[in-house]
Amino acid sequence: MSLISVRGLAVARGGLRVIEGLDFELGAGQAIVLRGPNGAGKTTLLRCLAGLQPAVTGRIECQSDSIAYAGHADGLKPALTVTENLEFWSAVFGGPDIAPALAAMNLTDLAARPAHALSAGQKRRLGLARLMVTGRPVWLLDEPTVSLDQGSVALFATMLRDHLAQGGAALIATHIDLGLPEAQVLDLAPYRARPGLRQDRPAGFNEAFA
Amino acid sequence: MKALLLRDLRLAVRAGGGFGLSLVFFLILCTLVPFGVGAEGGQLSRIAPGILWVGALLACLLSLDRIFALDHEDGSLDLLATAPLPLEGAVAIKALAHWLTTGLPLVVFAPLLGVLLHLPTAAYPLLVLSLALGTPALSMLGAFGAAITVGLRRGGLLLSLLVLPLYVPTLIFGAEVVRRGAVGADPTTPLVFLAGITLATLALVPFAAAAALRVNLR
Repeated sequence: MSLISVRGLAVARGGLRVIEGLDFELGAGQAIVLRGPNGAGKTTLLRCLAGLQPAVTGRIECQSDSIAYAGHADGLKPALTVTENLEFWSAVFGGPDIAPALAAMNLTDLAARPAHALSAGQKRRLGLARLMVTGRPVWLLDEPTVSLDQGSVALFATMLRDHLAQGGAALIATHIDLGLPEAQVLDLAPYRARPGLRQDRPAGFNEAFA
Repeated sequence: MKALLLRDLRLAVRAGGGFGLSLVFFLILCTLVPFGVGAEGGQLSRIAPGILWVGALLACLLSLDRIFALDHEDGSLDLLATAPLPLEGAVAIKALAHWLTTGLPLVVFAPLLGVLLHLPTAAYPLLVLSLALGTPALSMLGAFGAAITVGLRRGGLLLSLLVLPLYVPTLIFGAEVVRRGAVGADPTTPLVFLAGITLATLALVPFAAAAALRVNLR
């Protein structure tokens, strides 16, 4: 049974379609790596699947409250410590224990440190640890490995593999090799919206009311 | 929801959170007025209700843009929008946190500043009551303005321009309550209107603000 299934999806950025006719299914234990050049619509697709923006057309089928999204920004509060940041998200998502998440991303030693004193890579690790406390099966990850060193990428790959082994799924936009040979690759290039097929911006177009 | 409230309160009192700034602004404003209009008691006590209310309103305005802008910058707003918490609830909680850190201190310290402005003694209970009834509406309307301007560069000024007109009814009835208290008239009618405006704001604005946020997050 698939956790998320997408049929004939088209998404738009700034009122212009970037992806059209996208079909895929993501089942339990599966990971899909999104590939495509800059501007291909990877972030737009992930934000659309996360429910942050509406699709232009097509169907997205998934269980309600099954998706955890991690974007370019980590959503950390600089004035709070690592533990406080993670405990907040844990409380929002129903209060799972944060210790395994801290351990998985090697943050246990930094637990009492305020987030503003973390390096970029450490912040990113904290942002990824947040995924574990959401307890949601489908992870949508936008460039998760930015500013991570090789050791941390390996930690992340281990965490991801554990998540998949527990029946989770992940859709990952990334350019680097995560060391996940089992992940399928979805190249967005064939789904790129062709200009000229339809009027790009109808007269009187207003993005806010699109 | 409790977690969000606790986090916002904690952020407000930590370094750089801005807790107390509005209060100090209110204090300075009310101290400056006697310098500007002269320290003559009769004149001051006549304008005191208006000054106290305008001061509270401006002090409240100072910290409004922080309600959503910071969360938007660091990405937590995206994550909150995808969290199990309804966005309407998140808006209400963030407005409540804003009121607890901005409005409530104003309510508590306003009588002290009333002394500076020669406010007649009879008006003190009504000053506290009217501010306690009116400032929640200021925070909630402010949250709406903040939701509309979230993501805009330099949105703070635009936010003030959008929100200040919405504050007019609260200001009129709030200052009227205190004025009537000062001259010994019956304050019931403006008090009821003030409470009504606040209740309507609390009931309706979270939905409008959440809708504005959803549009801005696209």
